Amino acid sequence: MLKRVHFPSSLLPYLLVAPQVLITLIFFIWPASQALWQSMLIEDAFGLSTEFVWFENFQALMDDPLYLATFKRTAFFSLAVAFVSMSFSLILAGFADRVIRGATAYRTLLIWPYAIAPVLAGALWVFMFNPTLGIVAYGLEFLGYEWNHKVNGGQAMALVIMAAAWKQVAYNFLFYLAAMQSIPKSVVEAAAIDGAGPMKRFWTIIFPLISPTTFFLLVINMVYAFFDTFGIIHAVTQGGPANATTILVYKVFNDGFVGLDLGGSAAQSVILMALVIAMTVVQFRFIERKVEY
Amino acid sequence: MVENRPWLAFFTHVVLLIGIFIIALPIWITFVAATHDEIRMTQVPLPMLPGDQFFVNLKRTLFGSGLSGTETAPVWRMLLNSLVMAMSIAIGKIAISLLSAFAIVYFKFPFRMFFFWLIFITLMLPVEVRILPTFEVVAQLGMLNSYAGLSIPLIASATATFMFRQVFLTIPDEMLESARIDGAGPMRFFWDILIPLSRTNIAALFVILFIYGWNQYLWPLLITTDSDMTTIVMSIKQMLEAAEQSPQWNIIMMTALLAMLPPILVVVFMQKLFVKGLTETDK
Repeated sequence: MLKRVHFPSSLLPYLLVAPQVLITLIFFIWPASQALWQSMLIEDAFGLSTEFVWFENFQALMDDPLYLATFKRTAFFSLAVAFVSMSFSLILAGFADRVIRGATAYRTLLIWPYAIAPVLAGALWVFMFNPTLGIVAYGLEFLGYEWNHKVNGGQAMALVIMAAAWKQVAYNFLFYLAAMQSIPKSVVEAAAIDGAGPMKRFWTIIFPLISPTTFFLLVINMVYAFFDTFGIIHAVTQGGPANATTILVYKVFNDGFVGLDLGGSAAQSVILMALVIAMTVVQFRFIERKVEY
Repeated sequence: MVENRPWLAFFTHVVLLIGIFIIALPIWITFVAATHDEIRMTQVPLPMLPGDQFFVNLKRTLFGSGLSGTETAPVWRMLLNSLVMAMSIAIGKIAISLLSAFAIVYFKFPFRMFFFWLIFITLMLPVEVRILPTFEVVAQLGMLNSYAGLSIPLIASATATFMFRQVFLTIPDEMLESARIDGAGPMRFFWDILIPLSRTNIAALFVILFIYGWNQYLWPLLITTDSDMTTIVMSIKQMLEAAEQSPQWNIIMMTALLAMLPPILVVVFMQKLFVKGLTETDK
């Protein structure tokens, strides 16, 4: 933590930490505690008086079937995004690991969606799937499948999952490729000499050896799907049709800024904070743990 | 590779090319849409090959008054806003984190651990979950519709501090000892030894933070009501809404293209730093 050789105490270290501590206090600790406080208040319909109600807002959320449905939907959404994006990246990384010449070119061509903002990713996909104009929607209709995500909730969900997973492929690909390249070549070669084919080697050697990366990516992808996909949903479906794509973060925003239910929105924020903290703790525990080969 | 299987090698390239095709398709379609005129962009099926209207659209998008029927700032102004926001977030975050990491690693002072935990706790909470109260604080401080309001609240995060702390911890103690023998004070040591030694880490972090700042969406959406302060990324949403009435997809997609170009260029041309930054900040 502290260096063995260090400077003695004076005013200087306080000045050095001051900017960050001030910003953290004003824009972080203060709002977060406000959220906690607000989550225990109920405001009347005209905003004239507020009442302290302890955990009534949380109780109301737990009794609200809509909120529980949102919870389940978010879980499904984030698992689906993680699964689609990670399996796609795993396949690509598995093949890219075999390439000797041109590997950098492939990597360059695969990683740039990382740089695209979620809301732009949403815009691109909603354009391709636009029911009247979109090129993919046109192709699907040509094949006899009617696409209209503005009406069909299942299709809307599929669309946001695809857009969210597409953007995350780059990240997963980079980590998978790095993990595969760090496996000693001698292990793979030994298996090849023993007669194991490429598929067998992948499933019995490479895949188990990169399992720590898989776990790490699972947590990262879940966190991404929980929080960073707001832009995609806002651009593509606005939570619709009929709440079919309303996930937790979207509901916090919608109830707070559109519905003006401050107490309920704050209570949702607090639940989300607890979720993030839990995920972060899990992530740190497992990343610190070294996996034995 | 380990064995010679020409068919497998061929198959490998085929799979990778299909992967690239799927990854690149949305961007190709965006590019194509930005090269046609608006009449062509309402005729089904939409074109798959680029047209000749690219520069016409570019000029209309950059300096025109945006979509007909909407009142938005010109796109060059939005690009400028985005640039200022992204740069302030990246530079601000790096500056305050370098200073506080330096204090925490190299000084022994009362409440050191208290400050460390105070900063570290912010690692856990993204801005999305405390959005409403943060908005109220910024409103009370009169920072709505300003560059300060756009960037400062997003600077409050511990990832960078944490990374610099790790970097400083790997720097050998002999550096400080010899600097002190030569009579260097703390700030001299910071400028002349620590900063040069962590130069690549700073650059890698800059790449990641620039992308992070440029791509901010929800926060700018909430705190900017003045159209002169809108960022390019948030303008897309307004355009998508306007497209319901007047589908000028060529202009919308050109704007999308301009909005994603700077971060893509950063990733492609600073790939090494980008990969380094990505793998180091998330641990």
